[in-house]
This record gives sequence, C-alpha cells and structure tokens, in this order.
Amino acid sequence: MNLTLKIWRQKDAQSKGKMVDYKVTEISEHMSFLEMMDVLNEQLINSGEEPVAFDHDCREGICGMCSMYINGEAHGPDRGVTTCQLHMRMFKDGDTITIEPFRAKAFPVLKDLVVDRGAFDRIQHAGGYISVNTSGNTQDANSLPISKHAADEAMDAATCIGCGACVASCKNSSAMLFVGAKVSQYALLPQGQIEATDRVKNMVAQMDLEGFGNCTNTGACEIECPKGISLDNIARMNRELLKANF
Amino acid sequence: MSVLDSKVPKGPLKDKWTDYKNHIDLVNPANKRNIDVIVVGTGLAGGSAAATLAELGYNVKTFCYQDSPRRAHSIAAQGGINAAKNYQGDGDSTYRLFYDTVKGGDYRSREANVYRLAEVSANIIDQCVAQGVPFARDYGGLLDNRSFGGVLVSRTFYAKGQTGQQLLLGAYSAMNRQIARGKITPYNRHEMLDVVKVDGKARGIIARNLVTGEIERHSAHAVVIASGGYGNVYFLSTNAMGSNATAAWKIHKKGAFFANPCYTQIHPTCIPRSGDYQSKLTLMSESLRNDGRIWVPKNMEDVIAIREGKKKPTDLSEDERDYYLERRYPAFGNLVPRDVASRAAKERCDAGYGVNATGEAVYLDFASAIQRYGKEQAKIHNITNASADKIYELGAAIVKAKYGNLFQMYEKIVDQDPYKTPMMIYPAVHYTMGGVWVDYNLMTTVDGLYCIGEANFSDHGANRLGASALMQGLADGYFVLPYTIGDYLSNEIRTGKIPTDTPEFDAAEKEVTEKINFFVNNKGTHSVDYYHKKLGNIMWEKCGMSRNSTGLKEAMVEIKALREDFYKNVSVPGNANEFNSELEKAGRVADFLELGELFAKDALEREESCGGHFREESVEIDGEQEGEAKRNDKDFAFVSAWEYKGEPGEAVLHKEELEFNEIELKQRSYK
Amino acid sequence: MSGFFKSSIGRKYAMALSAFFLMFFLLQHFAINILSVFSPDAFNEASHFMGTFWAVQYLLQPVLIFGVVFHFIMGFILEAKNRSARVVKYASNNGAANSSWMSRNMIYSGLAILGFIVLHFIDFWLPEINTKYIQGDMSGLLADGDGFRYYEELTHKFVNPIRVVAYIVAFVFLSLHLMHGFSSAFQSSGVSSMRKEKLQLFGKAYAIIIPLGFIFIALYHHFNH
Repeated sequence: MNLTLKIWRQKDAQSKGKMVDYKVTEISEHMSFLEMMDVLNEQLINSGEEPVAFDHDCREGICGMCSMYINGEAHGPDRGVTTCQLHMRMFKDGDTITIEPFRAKAFPVLKDLVVDRGAFDRIQHAGGYISVNTSGNTQDANSLPISKHAADEAMDAATCIGCGACVASCKNSSAMLFVGAKVSQYALLPQGQIEATDRVKNMVAQMDLEGFGNCTNTGACEIECPKGISLDNIARMNRELLKANF
Repeated sequence: MSVLDSKVPKGPLKDKWTDYKNHIDLVNPANKRNIDVIVVGTGLAGGSAAATLAELGYNVKTFCYQDSPRRAHSIAAQGGINAAKNYQGDGDSTYRLFYDTVKGGDYRSREANVYRLAEVSANIIDQCVAQGVPFARDYGGLLDNRSFGGVLVSRTFYAKGQTGQQLLLGAYSAMNRQIARGKITPYNRHEMLDVVKVDGKARGIIARNLVTGEIERHSAHAVVIASGGYGNVYFLSTNAMGSNATAAWKIHKKGAFFANPCYTQIHPTCIPRSGDYQSKLTLMSESLRNDGRIWVPKNMEDVIAIREGKKKPTDLSEDERDYYLERRYPAFGNLVPRDVASRAAKERCDAGYGVNATGEAVYLDFASAIQRYGKEQAKIHNITNASADKIYELGAAIVKAKYGNLFQMYEKIVDQDPYKTPMMIYPAVHYTMGGVWVDYNLMTTVDGLYCIGEANFSDHGANRLGASALMQGLADGYFVLPYTIGDYLSNEIRTGKIPTDTPEFDAAEKEVTEKINFFVNNKGTHSVDYYHKKLGNIMWEKCGMSRNSTGLKEAMVEIKALREDFYKNVSVPGNANEFNSELEKAGRVADFLELGELFAKDALEREESCGGHFREESVEIDGEQEGEAKRNDKDFAFVSAWEYKGEPGEAVLHKEELEFNEIELKQRSYK
Repeated sequence: MSGFFKSSIGRKYAMALSAFFLMFFLLQHFAINILSVFSPDAFNEASHFMGTFWAVQYLLQPVLIFGVVFHFIMGFILEAKNRSARVVKYASNNGAANSSWMSRNMIYSGLAILGFIVLHFIDFWLPEINTKYIQGDMSGLLADGDGFRYYEELTHKFVNPIRVVAYIVAFVFLSLHLMHGFSSAFQSSGVSSMRKEKLQLFGKAYAIIIPLGFIFIALYHHFNH
C-alpha cells in the first residue's frame, strides 16, 4: 500500500519542531509499524536526508522503549500492543498517518519522535524499591507465604513496561497510572509493607515535582496501556497516600 | 602450559566456593568509599552487580544505551529461572542442576564455575522474593514451579510469561535504592566506546553521550562489562535492535581474550520471517512444544499448493503429513533439545518443504492437543457422546489457559488464529554461549577488567538450557562478582582517585573521536543496515545451524571483503555532536563485521559437532545415531580463547583444557 | 498531613469530598423541590423550615457556599495545572477513542453549571436574602399575608419559557457533569469497587434521574401555570 506520513521533525531539545509530510510506497500489510518506519528511513538515507529518530529496542512489546503517538493515539489504533507490535494491516492503502512524539511537559522532546522519560526513573528512585541487602542469607523464599490472589494482582500491576503511553494519552499528562502500578505492586505484597508510608509519599511528591498533571479519571490511560494496567491501581495509590497521611 | 590460568581453587568441587570466600582479601568499609567501579550494561548481570557493589559501599557508575536501565534486553526473557530449591520434592539438588547444566552444555563448560552457579541459584530466589518480585504461587501461597527444557525435575520459577521483566525490575529496584543514596550514578543513553588501560590495568572507559554526542572520560579502579551477547551479528535474531557486541569487542581488541564465539543457540520456536523488510524475530516460549506437534507436508505438490494458497494445512490428512521429529526421534519426539529441533526444521526446509512464501517455516500444530484435552475434559465432566464441536471447545479452553498469551501474540503478529490453523514457526538466533574469556573470578585476561552475564563465556558450554540465562546473570551479579572483585580491589585501597587527564585517556579518546569523524565524513552510498543485512546473510547461510569447512572459509573471505567495502562506502547522515542513531549503528556494525570473521574462524577450527555448533563433517556415520552430531572429546575438550592481533582473521588461539572430575562424558541420544 | 492537600492526590480527595457534599445537597434540594409537584403545602412547609431554621441558615448555608466555591476554584486550579502539563499540543488527538466526552469536558460542563448557579442565585437566593435579612421579613408569608410565598415564587419563575429553556440546558450539563463526576469522585477517593457494575449503574442512574427530575419540575410548573 501507499501512504502519506505526517511526522513531527525537531532537530534537538532546543529547536522548534514542525510536521513534515512524507510518502512511502509498497508497504506490506505484514510489516510492523516500525518496519514501515525503517523503510522510510532507508529511503531518506538513500536520498541524503536525515532519517527520522525514534526510540525502539526489543520490538516485541516488552522493553517499553517505543513511544509514538499515531493518528491521535498512543501506540496507534490497535489495543493491547506497543507501536512495535502494531501492524500495517491496521491501515488502508492511501491513508494519511499522523505520527507525533509522546507529549508532556515532563517528557521533553530530544529529537523528532524521541522523548526523555527520565521523570519516570526519578519517581522510581524516590521509592520504587524494598530496602533489602544482597547477603545470600536472606530468609528462605517459601518462609513467607503470599496468597495466590495477592501475588497475581501484584504481578498484574508489575507488568507495566514504563513506556509512558498513559501520560501521552491522558488529556492532563498525568503519570498516575504508572505511579499507581508501582505503588500497588509493593502495597499488595507483605514485603512492601514496612516502607509503605514513605514510599507512597515520596513517589507522589516526586511525581508532582516532575510537572505531570492530575488524574481526572477519564480512563484513557487504561484503554491505551499496552499491558492493560487497571485504573484500580490509581485508586489503591490514593488509598495508600491517605493511609500514609492520617 | 597455556597462558590461560582459570584460577579455579583447589579442593573438592563442592567446597571450592565456600573455601574461596573464606580466604579472599576484603576491603574495609571506609576504604570502599574511595573505590570507583564502572559497570557497562544494566541487564540482569550488570544491574544486579551495580546494586550489590553500591550496597557494599563502592562508588558505582552504570552505563546503558537505553533511556533507562530497566529496558535492557534481559527484560524479554519469558519462561523462567532455574534454581535448585527442590520445593517440589522431586529429588532436585545442587549437584543435579550442575549435572544437567554441564550435560546440556554438551560438556564444554568449566565444572567449577557451573557448580558455583548451581550452588548460589537458591539464593537468587530468596533475594528476588525479598525484593518483591511477584513470582507465580500456588493456592497455598508457596512458590510454584514449572518444568522446562527437557530436564527431569521441576525447578523453574516464573512470573507469568514475563520472568525476565520481573527479575530485571527487581534488580532495577535494587539499583534505585542505591541511586537514591547517591552510591550509583546512572549514565543512561550512553554507550561505551572503549576501555582505557593504564599500566596493564583497566582504569576507565570512553563513552559517548547518545543525546548530545559528547565524548566523555570516566575513570575507575575496575571495569565490569555486562553488555550481553552478540546474536545481532546475524542481523535477524530475537535480540533487541540495539543489542550489540561493541563493549565486549572493544575490550577484546584491548587484550581480553574472546572465547568460543561459534557457540550460538538457535531457538526452534520463533515466528518466521514474513519478508525482506523484517527487522527482528520474535520468540515463542519453548513450552509450546509440550503440546504442539511439528510437521511439514509429505508431498511436494501439497507444499506448492499451500504456498500458492490453493490448499490449507487443515486440508491435509494425517498420512499426508510428515511429523518429522516424531519420525526421527521416536523417544523424545517433539521434545528434543533446542539445537536438535532447529536443525531438523532446517533440514526439511532446505529440502524444499517449507510452508510459507519464504520457504522457511514449519507447522506447529495444536489440533491433536485440543482433541486430547477435549476428550479428557468431556470425561471429567461426565459428558457422554460429546459432539466434535463440544470436544473442540473444551480442548481449546485448556490450550488457552496454558498458552493464551502466546497465541494472542502470534495472532497479533501473523494475523492467523492458531486455534484454527497450525502456527508457523522457524528457528532463530537467540543466545550466544560464547563470549569474553574469564577466569573463576570472572576477570578477563586484562587486570581489573571483569565480564559477567551473557557477555562472558563461562557457564553454558556449547548449548544453554532453558531458564538458565536469567540464573547466570543474577548469580554473577548478586553473588559471585561482588566477592571476587573485592579480592582484586583490596590491592587498590592506596591507589587514590584515577585521573582522566593522562596520556592513556587522551589516546583512547582520540581513537574514538577519529572513528566517529570518519563515519560522519565518509559520505558513502549505502546505509549501515545494508551492510548489517549482508553480514547477517553470510552468517546465517554459512555460520548458521549447520556449518562446513568450505562454507566457513568462504564466510571469512566474504566478511573481510564486506568489511572493506563498508569502510569505503558506508553512509552515515547527520553529525557527530548530536543524537544520531545511524552513527550508533555504524559503530556497532563495524564491530560485528570483525566479530563475524572471528566467529567463522572459530567455527572452522572446531572440527567437531557439539551443542549449538554443528559441523557437517562430524556426524555419526552408522548405527542408531546415524546422521546425528558427533562430539570429539579426545581432540576438542577445550575452550578456544582468541587473542586479538590486529585483524580478526589473524587472532591467535589459546586453549583452556577442560577437565571433568565429577561427571562422565557421554554422547547425547534422543532416538 | 499538612502536605497532603498540597499533593496532586490530596487535591483530588478534596475535589471528591466537595463533590460528595454537593451531590448530597443536590439530592436534598431535589427532594424538597419535587414536593412542589405533589403538594404545594408540604413544599411550603419544607422551604420555610430550610429558610428559617438557624442551623440550616447559619451553619449549613455557609458550608454549602464554601463547598460550591471550593469545588469551582479547585476545579480551575487543577485545570490550569493540567493544561500546563502539556505545553505543545498534539496536531492530531483522538480522545474519543479512549474516553467519554463527559470525562474530557468536565471544565465546560462545570462552567455551564457555574453560569446556571449565577442565574439561580439571581432568581432565588438573592431575593431570599433580600427579603429575610435586608428587609427583615422572616415570616415566609406572601405580601398579602395569605399563606406562604415559596410555592407562588417558584411557579412564577417558570412562566417565562426562556428561563425554562435555560434551566433545561443547564440540567443537561449537570447530567453530563455527574455522568462522569459521580464515579470519578469515588475513584479519586480510592474506592476501586466503584468500577464494579452495580455502583456504576447507580451513578449513571443518579446522573440521569436527578437532573431529569429537576427538568420535569420546571416543565411541570411551566405548563400548569
């Protein structure tokens, strides 16, 4: 199929960017979206232009590196997939596809479609851990039974890949789904209880400091999340913060 | 006497590690504050090592090319992590895990290292649980296990199909704690481009800030390389797009020997290539072979009809199908080890029986599993005279419960419903057992330079067992390196801060800058990917699942010629001092173009078939095992460690003889 | 805890608490108003009680005014913060793909309700205050002394069709606001069970029935007088 692409081009963090139109031809419907981008870039390189910079790595939907806003949706129109798993069969011959970086004040654009998601890391530095030393004498793993239900729920929260689609999709650029998932994973496990109070306070404080917006419960994040992280995690984080303060 | 000293401690195998730990020199806490360590790569090995070293008190700098340590490719591991916990009471033990790993590696790994790995495996699970890793549990609240990779016990711990992700996030959380304390400084979106040696010791690295293009100098008292494997030398592999061998290759060029580069694992169950634009391959968990039956059509007419879309695989009757694994290996059938299953698929496809347009795919069929489970369920639920539809429905539900997420992933990628039509699979490069040579301390042949995880060669011999990569990465990082590096650093307490304004740093930086400037100024005619794909093609055709002397010799010549062409005609748009993905790729492919040649040379040298390395000249010529891989313990029970001499083709071979005192060497048989 | 209400989540709690209070007030207001349809006398009795009982006038009324003002001001503060969290807007944004119109436009339905409240204050509240506290007439009787004035005043207001239409439009916005706001308040205050179907259904029912009831009252009086 033949497509028109409208892509955000921005030289670096300081420069202003703009949308630029490109044409690609003979795109197979079996290609992944990023393979289509590879075709475009090969074409640009061969004609002496600079290729479009975009983040990507594992290309199997788990590393969380890829991050495009395609036709008005984070990771494009398909559900439960990252951009790297989006396939061109979701589009039709002659389509115009708009491709933008994830947009948020807390995710500054570094170049073209590449953004800096360091804010997520800093939130995790603030409390995304359990303080346990590596001794080799830690208590036996089975000395602490954890109900299957709690373990499964913690796992569901822990599947977050930190891609930032929640922030990108949220009309308020809120990071609460991400932070909620991280807080929830530890809140659901007995190991996480000891530091629960400080953890949620510090992580929320860092989240606020980074300039993310507030949650207004539109639910867009949950729909666009490639891993289907539930809004319940935000409610749980809210409860945890309340518990921590009163 | 070889120049290689493995430094394996004396004494009985089971006491070596304990005795070693009891006798090493320690660094006192006050002195640790004055010692810097650089860790390159933040996957399971690098992340866990960085966290543990920082916890001990060393000042750690971590480097990764991704935007966050959490994205290292360890994250993609699906199946699980082995540990000799014997929670299932099925007779597992440290010895059994050790034995299985050595045997699975086709007797080409170092006994003492593997035993230590098995010994610390149980600690890993304890550590990860304490960190909050949500492993799967049973209804009693205790940890669940699954069996994996054709061993006789259930010792694999897992977190859904995302074990690697959860373990990496665990290691990353341990890093977070140290970053918050200021003991780890993370350098994300940074790539190490060279190691700096001062008086023969590793004293720092040259790194490029991938956002600004700035070249940076970082000094340390020891450097740890944990940059993963080199599977991307094949262009198409299950590795991440950015996975590269640059750090490992650069240290090789600076004096670290490179061991067994030809040992590559080719995983049998990956989603096949769909066209020339393919950028990478996706793995489907090995567990699928527990229920799926692998086949291709018996008759060539059917193959052609299927490729042309005139027939569907479900149109073929049982006797028109060739279940070739069941035919060739009646004892193990579809559950033969990875290397055997992969070669058998290649054999059928080379003979022309591949079932998709590219001719490189075989079927993995769940129809009989669905029937079998359906009938079983009908019996359990007391449904007499169940209709075919009902049986299918019941059976499909069981298959869905076991493999639902994999089936969904397949459907998203291929757009076919694997409940209704057989999956198509083909082998793909997955893991590299070879890597930088290290001694028992995980130190390379350069003082103060360590190598851990997939980047080193040490524990998997010629073939890795399923669920052992995660185990090795974390064992090295959490429980081995922090001790062994301390022994070395105890001599560094009086060294003081290492300055970066020395001639050694000047020279290394100059070399790096010149290379970068060369690329951006070359203005050639072909993209980096053009060369990477060509290299991948040579590797796959001539150094792939089966290798022969002629092909390997050709490969060496072709790779060398390709490398020369690359340096003449590669085109890298953009500038050096900016975010430039093409420039990053150019440096990595340049290293692959050298590594590939050494790979072929190593494969040529090893005139035996073992594990993932299959030499067509070395097969059983008669008897029951006719046509199967033939290992040659008399002449090849050694580690090939290559010393760089200016050109990959001129590398010098050093042999580390492997001694087996605890295990009797046997031929693997799956007939 | 002092920092709690400065945090993004603390503010959401505050927003939710004021919303709960307002939703309860709305229910109470509706309960009294609907009396006007069934029994003008009962409506008059209830109105007089609410209008003159000291606890309602001097305790609940200021709390209500504070609640309304707080909900609006906090709404504006959060909106401003939310808007500043994305400096460069998307060239193409498909919000409808992942969220309801109501949830994305709370500020606009809220502003419509604010407009309505201004109108409503001019219509009812200011005259009340004037009568009771400026002119000092706490009797609640009509000028001619023939019974309570509340029902008369109510029906009188709904004669004008323009006002009725304005009220209907405002209540449609109220419905839209509640359609998201009801469940959102629960979610913000940490009740994830709000996502269970029954509570969702209850919220939807509330968001439709209450405004619809107010619309019914307005229309009823318009066509019956």
